[in-house]
Amino acid sequence: MCEAIGVASVEELLEVFPGELKLKRPLDLPEGLPEQELLGLLKSISKKNRTVEEYASFLGAGAYNHYLPSVVDYAISRSELYSAYTPYQPEMSQGTLQATFEYQTLICQLTAMEVSNASLYDGASATAEAVLMARRKTGRKKVLLSSAVHPEYRETVKTHLVADNESLAEVPYCTESGSTLPGASLSAVDKETACLVIQSPNFFGAIEDVSAHAEIAHKKGALLIVSIAEPLSLGLLKPPGLLGCDIVVGEGQSFGNPLAFGGPYLGFMAAKEELLRQMPGRIVGETKDTNGKRSFCLTLATREQHIRRERATSNICTNEGLSALAALAYLSALGKKGLMDLARLNLSKAHYLMQQLSALPGVTHAFGSPFFNEFVIKVEEDPQEILQGLVSSSILGGIALKRFYPELSKHILLCATEMNPKHEMDRFVRELSSFTGG
Amino acid sequence: MEEKLIFEMSVKGRHGVLPGGFDVPGESPGEVLPGVALRDDIEGFPEVSEGDVVRHFTRLASRNFGIDTGFYPLGSCTMKYNPKINEEIARLEGFARLHPYEPPELCQGALELMYELERYLAEISGMDAVTLQPAAGAQGELCGMLMIGAYFRDKGKPRGKVIIPDTAHGTNSSSSHLAGFKVVRVASEGKGVLTPEAIKSVMDEDTAALMLTNPNTLGLFESNIKEVVEVVHEKGGLGYCDGANLNALMGFMKLGEMGVDLVQLNLHKTFSPPHGGGGPGSGPLGVKKVLEPYLPLPRIVKEKALFSLDSERTRHTATVGRLKAFYGNFLVMVRAYSYLRCMGRTGLTRASEMAILNANYIKERLKGHFYLPFDTPCMHECVFTDRYQSEKGVTTMDIAKRLMDYGFHPPTIYFPLVVSGAIMVEPTETESLETLDAFIDAMKAIAEEAEKDPGLLKNSPGKTETARVDEAGAARNPRLRWVQGK
Repeated sequence: MCEAIGVASVEELLEVFPGELKLKRPLDLPEGLPEQELLGLLKSISKKNRTVEEYASFLGAGAYNHYLPSVVDYAISRSELYSAYTPYQPEMSQGTLQATFEYQTLICQLTAMEVSNASLYDGASATAEAVLMARRKTGRKKVLLSSAVHPEYRETVKTHLVADNESLAEVPYCTESGSTLPGASLSAVDKETACLVIQSPNFFGAIEDVSAHAEIAHKKGALLIVSIAEPLSLGLLKPPGLLGCDIVVGEGQSFGNPLAFGGPYLGFMAAKEELLRQMPGRIVGETKDTNGKRSFCLTLATREQHIRRERATSNICTNEGLSALAALAYLSALGKKGLMDLARLNLSKAHYLMQQLSALPGVTHAFGSPFFNEFVIKVEEDPQEILQGLVSSSILGGIALKRFYPELSKHILLCATEMNPKHEMDRFVRELSSFTGG
Repeated sequence: MEEKLIFEMSVKGRHGVLPGGFDVPGESPGEVLPGVALRDDIEGFPEVSEGDVVRHFTRLASRNFGIDTGFYPLGSCTMKYNPKINEEIARLEGFARLHPYEPPELCQGALELMYELERYLAEISGMDAVTLQPAAGAQGELCGMLMIGAYFRDKGKPRGKVIIPDTAHGTNSSSSHLAGFKVVRVASEGKGVLTPEAIKSVMDEDTAALMLTNPNTLGLFESNIKEVVEVVHEKGGLGYCDGANLNALMGFMKLGEMGVDLVQLNLHKTFSPPHGGGGPGSGPLGVKKVLEPYLPLPRIVKEKALFSLDSERTRHTATVGRLKAFYGNFLVMVRAYSYLRCMGRTGLTRASEMAILNANYIKERLKGHFYLPFDTPCMHECVFTDRYQSEKGVTTMDIAKRLMDYGFHPPTIYFPLVVSGAIMVEPTETESLETLDAFIDAMKAIAEEAEKDPGLLKNSPGKTETARVDEAGAARNPRLRWVQGK
């Protein structure tokens, strides 16, 4: 090879590096490992983690423990799909492209919206992108966020508004119901407001009154953005698109993606057609090949960074393609009946758990709003101590809300899914009772 | 044959995987959710069997080309082999079934892996601190630019501009814009690299940073990098490097030692996690000490052999906040960590060496057949154009499509923009001499076809299942979802 290049050796080729910048010593990294030892090492690291398989987990808050049907891993293990790049060459990427087109369709069906993109990073960054999109569309600056939106989503939005975050304000949640009262939005939305952002079900699990908020926003010419952290709820709740919402975003992890310590997850976004040109990210469209056969390709690229540069709708390039593919496989395998049944099962599990817990002395159901698979309880003792005590019984008994809401110092956020059998919930209730009510 | 859409396979009432039985009383949504608007249908949603889904995905896969199918020399994308062991490791229960809000004492393994990965990436790039939070390269860029903005605001002297060379990835400009900066474009000089003079002519005290890529997108080492960054430093600015092309440098050069203050590393390029047909990626950002206070939260800390996540704002008052929920694309980090431990310091250096050798080999062997705008030793990729072929009316697009008929994925085309009709080839280190030769032979054959039978190229691809796709038509008349009955 060196001969073909016209150099005597690889060393000569490497003289392209200026000598004074060249490293004089090897990198301070370990030496390489053969595969067998590598697997042993990584297994031993993984075993230092306690999983939701070993513990009875009632953790939710934007990351949900759902059953992953075998067919999902089959689909995303096809390496023609997972070892491909972004489908720039449609003739060699019809698999990825058609799958993404189908994913976009599913997101539109679930949300009752007209257009969806090919995915964003996660629910939090999708919420931030929706806010930027609403500002571009309305030409207004002010952004209103319900304080019952996931705290990390709110922080992400704030980060994306850069130094301009004085235009960001929060609409308080109601301490009785745990939801965002339309009255609170009404007094906050004005003629400078670009958008109102609510989450439904919200961070406390409460289902928000989407149409009331939509009406309030629209009266002042603002857009309503609904962020959804647990999209399984769409198997049961009327979709935001039918309730007057303008942009729906959310976290698609629940659809076929493992908990994975927080990522990779899947940001989804769907909107009304009139917002299409403001939409960030890749979009796949249907077209034909020269033989007239239906085919698919990336489209409307003039919105994007590689064409539009600093005038692009977003800087996103690599998105979460394979996570979207997992969602497609998951939703197709469950199908209409499976998804709707599963949503009802989650609803039933969470309501059973809430009823059992709130029957304990010293435990109350904190908020009155209807909920899906998450809810908040209030205890008399220190939640942190209770949760630590439960860990020794192999129970992950929820999240102490004080870390996000200092005023909720006695409150615990809980989640129940199809992964929590009744006997496990009963054990949790028994164990919890030993910490509460004196 | 056309593959039906999953929706077109639906049969009313058919279903695949159903959830388990009810071991608790089945609640009626209408009763437990009073006043809540419910749905009784999901219009058009798939109603298919599990077998239908499996066949559908098998057939979709057969209509796709990945690095496991064949050579994929997509410039600037570093399509190297994705080791299978990493897929197995990423599926270990201890990594895949870990909730992000578990107490830190229950996820010590995950935190240890992330802590170590930060340290390795800092060592490779010559940086002092690393955040793993960004989900992709572009998010890493945005994170860096937000930090630069915060740094100057903290000094009481906000700056408004960022200098970006004309060879840069499109994301550089849009990330800078999103972070509130005005972009000042600077041209690379005749030799395809930046000169201190060019930077000097645009650098001023309102310029926050220079954002460059090294090696640049022409595949050339920015040999004046130290002097160029010095010009920026002299006026108080910062040097940002887009680390998308790190695959050429490992073990040879540290960007930190060239004066660079921030660099994002695309783990899914340099460190082997698969690209997933468009993600998930991971774009950690490395920074020098002076910028550490601005890193997003949480930070991973180690105290007395115990790892934890620190998101205490009172200790990190200068932080830019966060780019996403949780801590980044963890399973992509797991794959990258595994790759680093497998390769080790010697293996990484060898990888960069082979990546450079392979690119130079292709460059030398094809340069008489395709116009090479910069005939100097290249790094890990090289850029040709269609200048010779255009005399016969054949374009870069035609050449790319014809390559498919030879069983290769085309290189990156029409990028970088500074070269008309660019064909950007990045072979990576994981390809054998035989594969490179087969690619070279195909390219030579195409050059000959362009001479003798340009129509053949115009009508290509002819051997793929799908013929040339009408992309303009897709944009003119957007059909972005399937609608029942339409």
